[in-house]
Amino acid sequence: MTVMEPPLASEGPARDTVRAYARRWWVDVKSGELGSLPIIVGLVIIAIVFQTQNDRFLTAGNFVNLIVQTAPYAVIAMGVTFALLLGEIDLSIGFVSGVGGVMVALLLAPDGSNELSTVPAMIVALLAGLGIGVLHGLIITKVGVPSFVVTLAGLLAWNGVVLLLIGSRGTVILQNDFVIGLANDFMEPGVAWIFMVGCVALYAAVQLVRLRSRQRAGLANDPLVIVGLRVAGLAVVLAVVVAVANDDRGIPYAGILVGGLFIFWTYVLNRTRFGRHIYAVGGNQEAARRAGINVDRVKIICFAIVSVMAVLGGILLASRLRSVDTNTGGGQALLYPIAAAVIGGTSLFGGRGTMKAALLGALVMISIDNGLGLMGLSSGTKFVVTGGVLLLAVTVDSISRRGRAQSGRA
Amino acid sequence: MTDTPVLELHGVSKHFGAVQALYEVDFHVSPGEVMALVGDNGAGKSTLIKCIAGIHPIDGGEVRFGGQPVSIHGPKDAARLGIEVVYQDLALADNLDVVENMYLGRELIDGARRLDETTMEAKARETLRGLSVTTIASVRQTVAGLSGGQRQSVAVAKAVMWNSKLVILDEPTAALGVEQTRQVLALVKRLGEQGLAVILISHNLHDVFEVADSITVLRLGQNVAEFKRTETSQQQVVEAITAGKLSKVPGQEAVA
Repeated sequence: MTVMEPPLASEGPARDTVRAYARRWWVDVKSGELGSLPIIVGLVIIAIVFQTQNDRFLTAGNFVNLIVQTAPYAVIAMGVTFALLLGEIDLSIGFVSGVGGVMVALLLAPDGSNELSTVPAMIVALLAGLGIGVLHGLIITKVGVPSFVVTLAGLLAWNGVVLLLIGSRGTVILQNDFVIGLANDFMEPGVAWIFMVGCVALYAAVQLVRLRSRQRAGLANDPLVIVGLRVAGLAVVLAVVVAVANDDRGIPYAGILVGGLFIFWTYVLNRTRFGRHIYAVGGNQEAARRAGINVDRVKIICFAIVSVMAVLGGILLASRLRSVDTNTGGGQALLYPIAAAVIGGTSLFGGRGTMKAALLGALVMISIDNGLGLMGLSSGTKFVVTGGVLLLAVTVDSISRRGRAQSGRA
Repeated sequence: MTDTPVLELHGVSKHFGAVQALYEVDFHVSPGEVMALVGDNGAGKSTLIKCIAGIHPIDGGEVRFGGQPVSIHGPKDAARLGIEVVYQDLALADNLDVVENMYLGRELIDGARRLDETTMEAKARETLRGLSVTTIASVRQTVAGLSGGQRQSVAVAKAVMWNSKLVILDEPTAALGVEQTRQVLALVKRLGEQGLAVILISHNLHDVFEVADSITVLRLGQNVAEFKRTETSQQQVVEAITAGKLSKVPGQEAVA
């Protein structure tokens, strides 16, 4: 080779300028890497539309309601993202969440002979979720039945289990203070502020450590201004959330739970080998297998995560409604979480998706549900509108994918 | 070129049921040598590399690695010896970036079991720079956005990153354009210059004559000829591929 520029020099230790960063971002957007942009635009539109229709939509009280209503679906949606990332699907999440809710309600029912104290009851339900997920995973990987069929069978079977567990009771009222408190108790305003400051500090620390270690290794870094803006952005968003919520009842514990799960699973996906292997299996299963990744193991663990998160979501749902009945796990819990993940930008073909997508997608779904409810519209209208929004979201994704294909990024 | 070959095969045979895929093949490659393996379809090239890579066990013969007899029972054994194969379909995950692909399945982790992205990125850049791969602008772009030649470069860089001693390239230029083929061939040459033993499988004799030091010709599962590139011509190699002298004609003994 003849004399050449030092390779990759353009990427050297010199720090990017803000302008270069902004230009790169714009090029990304134009070529179809939209990130969270469409969904944030969508949320703004939703807020404007519903606020003009009913001025109660953007009130502190309704904001807290939104958090409580979103939480169960956000949890289930984060879980099902693990199946979607593999390019698989789990249709059984609704009734698995139902099984979880019903189990907790029954195990904590004071009249029952099988009454347990709070923590063991929750653990038993979560272990049941683990067992269900591992069962799904084993059938999918070891027997080779497509996940669509296995979990479709699961949908029917776990619906049956919900009915069998409820039996002739019809409705079981939750009487455990802790479980009811998950969705109906709120954080002290002061504690919420301390919590919020802690989150921002943690985020800032993580960003700075990353910046420092990359600098030491002589790698390209994001401009300091951008990192600062990111931290400031998070601080502002969280401060607004806490301030508005504190204006009403405060931050519900369910919201804290969702936040904790969000941070935990984002960490697992982005910073652990297991997370990397999930993306690899979803992107190219054969490549993952040849790289020595135990594909079956990754899949089984993912399906276990889906079911455990579904049970957790089911407990939150039961907590919000303070009871379970024969319809538990049906209706919205069935397909809202998958729709939420997809609206957020998670691909059904695997390899592309984040926890943020699940969270924001669930917020969109529930905002629409909530807004249409405030306008006094029937469930029929709700479902039609939600269906339209889902279709719109997937259309935006398809068009942006075409953009990616044209710029060679598909 | 040093005297001890990295890899020597003596009389290696392999059959699948009644089909004799390899018959007493002798083969060797030395450090710093680019050995081309050529032959028509069905000549046994793929079977041979799969035997070397540990995907197929051999039925007979001896494999020596670095002078020592070895038995390779799986891809992991091969990797432990320092044998890396770059298959034709490259086995890259489109949704992962260059660094993530290069470290796939062998990710580095720090004390807290977190992915050590900084070290991985720095080392990946170093490896690419060492191979003079200048066409990849950022190691943090996804592989989906790379051209065929760039992908091949990533796959090769992935293979050489693990202190490998022998790199096997299966048809690395098969789907590439003129300029990209030139880049990949330059890369293959550099692997040899860095002291690695390289086995290059190709149908394209023009490519073979551009980079190979030696050429082994397989025909119907037997090696029929071995040439030094400087002492032969494409004409001779083509003759060997199509009409090389066989020590055993398949089917003949059954008839006799």
